[in-house]
Amino acid sequence: MKVNRRAFLNGAAATAAGLAASGGFSASARADAPIKVASIHDLSGGLDIYGKPMVDALTFAVEEANAAGGLLGRKIELLSYDPQSNMQLYTQFATQAALKDKVAVVHGGITSASREVIRPVLDRFKTLYFYNTQYEGGVCDRDQFDTGVTPAQTVEKLVPYAMKKWGKKVYVIAADYNYGQITSQWVKKYVQENGGEVVAIDFFPLDVTNFGPTISKIQAAKPDFVSSALVGGAHISFYRQWAAAGMRTRIPMASTTFAVGNEHIVLSPEECNGMLVCYNYFQGLKNKTNEAFVAKFHKRFGADYPNITELAMGTYQGFWLWASAVKKAKSVDRMKVIEALETGISIDAPSGKVTIDPPTHHCILDVHIAEVKDKNLVVLENFPQQKPSDTAAVCNLIKNPTDNQQYVIKI
Amino acid sequence: MSARAGTLAGLAAVAAFGLAFLLLAPHWVELDTLLDLTVYMIMSILALSLGLVWGYGGILCFGQAAFFGLGAYTYAVAMVNIGESTLPFLLAIALPAGFAALLGYFMFYGRISDVYLGVITLTVTLILFNTVNSTAGPEYHIGSARLGGFNGIPSIPPLNIPGRPEAALDLEGMFYLSTALLLATYFGLRALLASRFGRVVVGVRENERRAELLGYDPRLYKLATFAIGGAIAGLAGCLFANWGAFVSPTIFGLAQSAQIIIWVIVGGRGTLIGPILGSIAMEWLTTTLGANQTTGTGGLADLWSNAPLVLGAILIGFVLLVPRGLVPTLADGAGRLLRRRLPAPAAAPAPEVAE
Amino acid sequence: MDLAVVLAIQVLYAIASLALISLGLAIVFGMMRVINLAHGEFLMLGGYAAIVGTHLGFGLWVSMLVLAPAAVGLIGVVVERTIIRFLYGRMIDTMLATWGLSLFLIGLTTFVFGNTTVGISAPFGALAIGRYRTSAYTLFVIAVATAVLGGVYVVLRHTRLGLIARGTMQNANMAAALGVNPPRVYAVTFGVGAALSGLAGGVLAPVSGVFPTIGVAYIAKAFITVIGGGAAIVTGTVSAASLFGTINQLATFATTPVFGEVALLGAAIVLIRLLPQGITGRFFRRGL
Repeated sequence: MKVNRRAFLNGAAATAAGLAASGGFSASARADAPIKVASIHDLSGGLDIYGKPMVDALTFAVEEANAAGGLLGRKIELLSYDPQSNMQLYTQFATQAALKDKVAVVHGGITSASREVIRPVLDRFKTLYFYNTQYEGGVCDRDQFDTGVTPAQTVEKLVPYAMKKWGKKVYVIAADYNYGQITSQWVKKYVQENGGEVVAIDFFPLDVTNFGPTISKIQAAKPDFVSSALVGGAHISFYRQWAAAGMRTRIPMASTTFAVGNEHIVLSPEECNGMLVCYNYFQGLKNKTNEAFVAKFHKRFGADYPNITELAMGTYQGFWLWASAVKKAKSVDRMKVIEALETGISIDAPSGKVTIDPPTHHCILDVHIAEVKDKNLVVLENFPQQKPSDTAAVCNLIKNPTDNQQYVIKI
Repeated sequence: MSARAGTLAGLAAVAAFGLAFLLLAPHWVELDTLLDLTVYMIMSILALSLGLVWGYGGILCFGQAAFFGLGAYTYAVAMVNIGESTLPFLLAIALPAGFAALLGYFMFYGRISDVYLGVITLTVTLILFNTVNSTAGPEYHIGSARLGGFNGIPSIPPLNIPGRPEAALDLEGMFYLSTALLLATYFGLRALLASRFGRVVVGVRENERRAELLGYDPRLYKLATFAIGGAIAGLAGCLFANWGAFVSPTIFGLAQSAQIIIWVIVGGRGTLIGPILGSIAMEWLTTTLGANQTTGTGGLADLWSNAPLVLGAILIGFVLLVPRGLVPTLADGAGRLLRRRLPAPAAAPAPEVAE
Repeated sequence: MDLAVVLAIQVLYAIASLALISLGLAIVFGMMRVINLAHGEFLMLGGYAAIVGTHLGFGLWVSMLVLAPAAVGLIGVVVERTIIRFLYGRMIDTMLATWGLSLFLIGLTTFVFGNTTVGISAPFGALAIGRYRTSAYTLFVIAVATAVLGGVYVVLRHTRLGLIARGTMQNANMAAALGVNPPRVYAVTFGVGAALSGLAGGVLAPVSGVFPTIGVAYIAKAFITVIGGGAAIVTGTVSAASLFGTINQLATFATTPVFGEVALLGAAIVLIRLLPQGITGRFFRRGL
């Protein structure tokens, strides 16, 4: 009896979710009702340095779309949730967005941990999910699209460039979690492939602020350059202490994370000039689309807006990839939009051409190497249309559409 | 109406309300609300554990999160390895209880008390946080379960009906289980506190020296209370790991520990219903503030969607205006109201009066 | 040899910074029995005060050494008058109120400053010791810590102000009967505690950076140091900071920062188990 009722309830819930997604009788599906888009990004707590710019970019994108008449003749309504850097709230808000708000798509998640918390929830309730952060790669899930860069797109370019410039002996420091651990392995791989040597890899928990002993250790090892994948507010103190010890001018540094949290603005030029970074987007990119975008963005958020970050641009591009797919599918239905995205849809974005890679659900995009110079990022070299070859080695959603996991890529 | 009758009426009211909630809630609310309610129930169990240890045992434990987290991690690790949930479930209660007993022996038999006790427990949970947080590398695993460091352990398999690994609990089942376990914990603790053991525990809290002179060993009673509290927190941890299917080191963090203390203070110390209401109120508030985001409007609206700011202001106001906590204050108010309305002999008092 | 010198400097620096971040808390907790969970945010505000001062053109030294303690001291007095004074004798309630205050201040700071605040960099440049280089600012932090600890000791021990403060904390009624105004003493003491936290925040800003949630990194360590030190404010803070700082830094150098942290925490547990009243509960009992 009980089992029957429970089974019935579950069935009912699933049907309701299904109906909502497929445009049944729910409120969000009425022809004139707004299309709901959810944002789940940390706006308070330790991760807000990343979350705030992402939500600003999403807000901007939605306003832009609405000013152009919305999508399919309907307005877009942005629902923004603040999980306060708390994983428990990620679960709750993802469920709310899927079941209560019945949104067409969720953009959200900053750390890999938060992504792995909401991904199963949105899979279960059949809600499309965009993860717009650069990350360690390997996620393979037909319900999800990843618009951020992965190590094969950036580390592969950055390491040889830095080695050619500075030398072959590398000291790696990284944040002690999934991203840092995996990225440092990629760094090691590319250093060795280019005939160099990694003298040591040190990991730091995200709340470490005193790097004195580490700096002495690096001095003792005398590397040609330091490769950094440090993350978050506390880790900024490394660069500060490094410069205070007079090391910035002695041992140069390349990073896969620097400037994503606007570190180059928080720090003074004397503390970080000369650092090399590699991303998809820089505010100073010279192309028409970007110049127009930046001008418009500054008009909306003020000319003193610190910097449009890599993650903000990922979110902006994520929204427009989704919106283009909706236009193509002429529907917000989840499966139809996924199929439209899987045609390899592409947009002309401020960072250049961005195309969905159908088998991996990641993006093919331009990457650029830049140097920190007086609070700006000066682009030095361009690498057009880089494929997510790391994830492609393990994931093919066209062949195995039911695949659903994060691979740890064998390096 | 005698105090005893009042207590019984209160118990009956809690039981009736609890049962009605257990049976009816799934019919009334949507699945997402049910998920929120489930986590409220789980956090209420956690709040009860500190309600016992601190409110009745007088042990200011600043690290109750240690047992909560241990319960969650034990379940996750055991479940990933075993695949059938009976043993993991029991382990998730036994291991934190054992750990609490060990730590309790270390502290109480060392005659550590008061705020020093708070610092030791806080330190213990921070050690767990730091240690687990630095296990991101693939070399850190227990059996086939990778600890995962900061990212924690995702996709933990859910509880199943004992002996039948294929019959996993769904969201609604989780709600029933959590609510039933909360009710069981509540009534179990009521029974425990009404027993001889419970009276001695309260006696020790009131005056340790006197209890000792009367021939009771306060250390032993404190140790037992602490271990029971650890077991209950472990149970909550196990349910929490089930609820979200993940566990990460922040579960051991300072914020989590402080949160549990706040639930108890907000609800009212020295009551059991207080911590429950306190945890529900605070969890609801946190969720609501987070869901309350306005985008890009600027000005005052931004201020209101600033979750820590609003939460902080509410807490400060609360301490100043409701110093004794929700339940004692409400009970007082209800008592005064009743007395004014008297004589109304059969009127059942509000459930809070039961405390 | 040069390694030993560098290590010694780093150990001294760890002790100095630990003592600096703990001293304000030691005064507020030791003298007033108020558990101030917003202590970390007082440090954070000190950092912001120093930054704002520099941007307003007051110069680094004035901002760090004068403006930061003055601003945070003032905030401390306001907090005492509006919140804490209702809670004396209710240690647990001070905990809830100051936790609320801590969240409030984090929220307010984020609202006012956003989360991309340009920091200040350490002056003085670098110092070469054999093959190693270290920041000369490290030595400055050590000097400030020494001066502040000495100053507090002298004030408590040798001035009328210190005598009144100690007397009021021991027996407020007696002090009142002798013509002292206890509420004012409380407000001033809390303000001084806050000002010292502000100073610490200001001095450490160029080393550790400033952002709204930085306080979280400080509070637990400060609290453990204060309790480990025991009843005496200055000697307690110095002895606990010396013990924990040394262990932390040496363990970090030998292994990893994680193990350094765990070693510090483990040492605290062992210490409190062996000396349940803190270091000064057993040694230096007549210290301050």
